[in-house]
Amino acid sequence: MSIKHHLNDALLMAYSAGTLPEAFSLVVATHISMCDDCRARLASFDAVGGAVLEDVGSVAMDDDAFAATMALIEDAGDEAIIADIDAGALFPAPLRDYVGGDLDAVKWRPAGGGVRQAILKTSPNATVRLIRIPAGASVPDHGHRGTELTLVLQGAFRDEEDRFGPGDIEVADEHLHHTPVAEEGADCICLAATDAPLKFNALLPRIAQPFLRI
Amino acid sequence: MSTAEMSDATWIDCMQRVHAGRDKSAFAELFRHFAPRVKAFLMKSGADASMAEECTQEVMATVWRKAHMFDPSRASVATWIFTIARNRKIDALRKQRRPEPEDLPWGPEAEPDQADAMTLQQESERLGKAIAALPEKQRELIEKAYFGDLSHSEIAEATGLPLGTIKSRIRLALDRLRHAMQ
Repeated sequence: MSIKHHLNDALLMAYSAGTLPEAFSLVVATHISMCDDCRARLASFDAVGGAVLEDVGSVAMDDDAFAATMALIEDAGDEAIIADIDAGALFPAPLRDYVGGDLDAVKWRPAGGGVRQAILKTSPNATVRLIRIPAGASVPDHGHRGTELTLVLQGAFRDEEDRFGPGDIEVADEHLHHTPVAEEGADCICLAATDAPLKFNALLPRIAQPFLRI
Repeated sequence: MSTAEMSDATWIDCMQRVHAGRDKSAFAELFRHFAPRVKAFLMKSGADASMAEECTQEVMATVWRKAHMFDPSRASVATWIFTIARNRKIDALRKQRRPEPEDLPWGPEAEPDQADAMTLQQESERLGKAIAALPEKQRELIEKAYFGDLSHSEIAEATGLPLGTIKSRIRLALDRLRHAMQ
């Protein structure tokens, strides 16, 4: 897979620090599952966290802490190694975990213009959904109030910025105003997270917006 | 030897003894060094003393249970324990789930390369020194980011660290791991 569009440093550092909303973390974790370059960059931000931990100072543990920890270990027993690895799946493991399976387990709902979507359950400070754009169709022209991350899982789309294929992630903020169009061929399936509602230009999507939660 | 003088190589050795031999004295050494740091980290991140104590015990129990997952060609022991403490923090303090990237398939044929592990430890030490040598204001910004005190837009100002070399080393280790899996 040749991935051209990657996560930026701020997103990787926030994911490493553990401060991103859950919806964004899911998109980041899914991209990293597909992209060893971002996996290595994340590991280097984790190394910064390791350096912070070494230098944070120390607070004495309770007197019985070691014995209490050994008791925790004995209670739980050794952990079985269960790796959720399925080379034949379209969705990487973290996404399968939220969907409850692969592509065939997605409960799609119509979102207008042939576009379908499925909102995934996360903590409420941001939302994440799967979007399926029929080959050749477009998502209505829209801008952003906050940050929107869009990760391509299948097919490809083009907008005013560039072409985005499998594994590519587009990071959009309030300055980007775009009309994503799916390429001919396969339907384009994306995982998209936002921390604020999108701004549509046409009246119709604006009316439908509260019902579609986009 | 005080724990402060122990090098990363000592901790890797302890991890291997915990993993291969379920060695309690090696685990006790790791505990003496890392548990008080994890507790301090959690308290700086907003946990009170009793929650931090409880979470630290859970973090250290996870270190024991997941010892087989530790890969010295991709992380120092401090880095690996940081990731466990961070995940516990998200769960306990922020009450959120933490989606994690898919694990790389991992088996005896993909034993970490010794030379990769050694280089990575050297790079981790070098990174620690580079961060310690930063101007105080920038260092504080990075610490605040990892304690969870920075908003997303503020975090953008804390990036720009010298991470190119360590990233390249980890990338090479990943390539070797992928190659060994085929």
